[in-house]
Amino acid sequence: MIDRKILEEHNLTLDEYEKIVELIGKEPNITELGIFSLMWSEHCSYKSSKVHLRHLPVKGKNVIQGPGENAGIIDIGDGLAAVFKIESHNHPSFIEPYQGAATGVGGILRDIFTMGARPIVLQDSLRFGPLSSAKNKSVMEGVVAGISGYGNSIGIPTVGGDVYFNDCYSLNPLVNVFALGIVKKDRVFYAKAEGIGNLVLYVGAKTGRDGIHGATMASAEFGKDLEHKRPNVQVGDPFMEKLLLEACLEVMAKDLIVGIQDMGAAGLTCSTTEMASKSGTGIEIDLDRVPQREEGMTPYEMMLSESQERMLIVAKKDKVKEVQEIFSNWDLDAVIIGQVTEGERLKVEFGGKTVVDIPVNAVIDLCPVYERESKIPSYLESATQLEPLPQPENFNQAFLKLLSSPTIAEKEWVRRQYDHMVQVNTAFLPGADASVIRIKDTNKALAVTLDGSSLYTYLDPKTGGKIAVAEACRNLACVGARPIGVTNCLNFGNPEKPEIMWQFQETIHGIAEGCRAFDIPVTGGNVSFYNDTEGISIHPTPVLGIVGMVDDVKLITGPGFKEEGNILILLGENKDELGASEYVKTIHQKEKGIPPQIDLEEEKRIQEFCLEIISLELIESAHDVSEGGLATCLAESSFLSREKTGLNANLRDEIRADAVLFGETQSRIVITSKGQNHQKILDLAKDRKVKAAVIGKTGGERIIISHGDKKLIDVPVDEALKAWRNAIPEIFAIK
Amino acid sequence: MKFGVVIFPGSNCDYDTLYALKDVLQQKAIFLWHKEHNLKNVDCVILPGGFSYGDYLRSGSIAAFSPLMQEIKEFALKGGLVLGICNGFQVLLELELLPGAMLRNKNLKFLCQFVHLRVENETTPFTSRAKKGQVLRIPIAHYDGNFFSPPDTIQEIKTNNQIVLRYSDDQGQLSEDANVNGSLESIAGLINKAGNVMGMMPHPERASETLLGSEDGRIIFESMIKWKG
Repeated sequence: MIDRKILEEHNLTLDEYEKIVELIGKEPNITELGIFSLMWSEHCSYKSSKVHLRHLPVKGKNVIQGPGENAGIIDIGDGLAAVFKIESHNHPSFIEPYQGAATGVGGILRDIFTMGARPIVLQDSLRFGPLSSAKNKSVMEGVVAGISGYGNSIGIPTVGGDVYFNDCYSLNPLVNVFALGIVKKDRVFYAKAEGIGNLVLYVGAKTGRDGIHGATMASAEFGKDLEHKRPNVQVGDPFMEKLLLEACLEVMAKDLIVGIQDMGAAGLTCSTTEMASKSGTGIEIDLDRVPQREEGMTPYEMMLSESQERMLIVAKKDKVKEVQEIFSNWDLDAVIIGQVTEGERLKVEFGGKTVVDIPVNAVIDLCPVYERESKIPSYLESATQLEPLPQPENFNQAFLKLLSSPTIAEKEWVRRQYDHMVQVNTAFLPGADASVIRIKDTNKALAVTLDGSSLYTYLDPKTGGKIAVAEACRNLACVGARPIGVTNCLNFGNPEKPEIMWQFQETIHGIAEGCRAFDIPVTGGNVSFYNDTEGISIHPTPVLGIVGMVDDVKLITGPGFKEEGNILILLGENKDELGASEYVKTIHQKEKGIPPQIDLEEEKRIQEFCLEIISLELIESAHDVSEGGLATCLAESSFLSREKTGLNANLRDEIRADAVLFGETQSRIVITSKGQNHQKILDLAKDRKVKAAVIGKTGGERIIISHGDKKLIDVPVDEALKAWRNAIPEIFAIK
Repeated sequence: MKFGVVIFPGSNCDYDTLYALKDVLQQKAIFLWHKEHNLKNVDCVILPGGFSYGDYLRSGSIAAFSPLMQEIKEFALKGGLVLGICNGFQVLLELELLPGAMLRNKNLKFLCQFVHLRVENETTPFTSRAKKGQVLRIPIAHYDGNFFSPPDTIQEIKTNNQIVLRYSDDQGQLSEDANVNGSLESIAGLINKAGNVMGMMPHPERASETLLGSEDGRIIFESMIKWKG
């Protein structure tokens, strides 16, 4: 008997329950209810976000697959396509940081190779609370170790990403994992269950009791009972996934299967119903045949288990033997558990009895969609008012403090725990704005970047959304890549709160505007709501994963200065914009003000210009100005140069000195050029209606930045480098 | 020269090594499957990096029991060239074709970074193209690369001039900082007494093209090619 308590445990409302009864024409038994609770969870159904996601542009001439599949696909020429996607694993990573993050990696990789692509890149966007807390440190240490443990073992390079710190993530860290793979354009596989009578094969790891209710857990706020949720977190086995990856790709190369779907969130339930739904068929499975690693599992547990490293395959009868042989060569199970049927129903047998018999479309297509109430949050009125701030008395000190703040400081401590070189495609550009991965047997490369500043979206979600797109594209432009596709991970609080819904809507509109300006399609992504613990929500945090194309890998450009005596040129202009900056947060301890504004047309001109001068081989380095402003950007280019080359820059803008140094005005890139190339660059800039000015020279062993006649910053490169480089290792040093 | 690159379940530098040999160095190179008992007439066997069998036990310990390892052991004892890279080095230690063992890196974290290596012994088949004291820039990527052995073993290793590569700084100076994983005697590459089986933690296949940041790794493969003549 289903009562109110059971419904609550399954995170279903009474209205939803009544709809289920109506749709299936009977009272569901507990297994059937479990199936609905998973598939109708926010995580699986997107019931609160659907109506808003429609605003994102999804079309483009190179789009092979848009949203709605395991991953998006973009044509990259030479008969190849890039398959990519980003997913969150926030909730599990807080409860069990190592396994939560590790299985996040495993899950996103399955999304990629399910479609026939060999994964070649991983990136992660991580958000933690301040490292002054031991708990936050241990979460970060666990998450990084989990990503490292899984990605390194399976042999896919984790080439970058970003890490930000903010109080709002103390009880809700974010772990967003991006993966990209390459597939031959005509060899893409889909989650299809076509052909009545075709057999359903279960491949990979055995089913256990882990991860039951994982998706439901990710669809509710956390309270104080976190310890009890630990069993909801799955446990990853990267070795098993490596075998599964190789076996699946081998099977796919031989044209033996009809369709394939990974068992990620909602495991057997999701894979069976989705495959049937997409093909207008039904599926019948017998749970007694499912490989199990624990005894006495109930149908409920088996259908809801989120054990990792499993796949469901539909194959023609006469090919099954060959499929099984390939899996057996990799020492993997490949067991026939059922077949494709007529009638669009999911039927599950257990112990000779039918334990589930429900229409597939009720589970997949008929989940309620909510247009939730939205309301401007009340915090905005005061938070956007930034009172007049005093200028720092000592700019050198402020500069060093900013460089050593964890959000800006070097992340080598993280990066070197990841194998970022395996597969020998990672172009060596230390600390580059975007990672560059060459495509073997071509002159091309793909560039990938993840971006999203939640300070901006917190204070102005729409502008924050636009900037997230613009800045990611700017990162690509700096290495010489043109954006070709977007995937996004939208991390927000509880959508049942109208203020959160408002943040969400606004952010989406900002992202949509940004994507339209750059004419790049969104090919999919992930929405993670309910990032609230004990009633505290995270800042709205959209993370944009943007993929770019490099036509000639020989021309890629890095952020580090090349040599002494090069000319420093600033593209764009410095403005008096200090609101929502890292400077105001770190030096003045305020998360306030109006974020920098952005003119997308101007932004686009600057990026086009950057790409043009890279292709003309006119520049030596390019680095975008972002968190920490111009001073930080210049310093980083010095730190990332081979010889730790210093610089001497002079700015003449008639605005506050701290805004010149640390303001985060958008649409700025610092480039260097040698010889007389700067003349050509300035002439061309004029022609292209791009603001460009010589601001100084590289050279020496000091970082010197003046404003008008006043020397504001004058520190040895070594000293600044130490502040930037040692900040994070010192926090984690074993004492 | 025909190279054979062994694939264990969980190998993940198998394709990289084959790519460096075939596509970059234009050599004959084939894969050898761990379940077979056939070395297919290769002149040299490479055990590539990765996480054989997941390395859930000691790194490399299960791979040492793979069917093909019998043939490889015989091949090595007859003087065939065997190079173990990273996980391959760990497998060679487990097989006892090389002395010593690997501990966790001294900072207890996985380390993926470029390191500098000083060539200590240029008379081996794996370093004959290098000069003694030459500094190579090649990346490492491992959790367990902290070489260790008992005092009498290390004495023997030194007496027999078995240390081939040591972690150093870019000037070839040894130091605690340069010895990133904490290896005894800063050992990065070690050869057997007979001089035909070498293990090295750094990945030469990852340093065979300028695009990847260094070409220094080619010296190892080119030395082997030259040795074979």
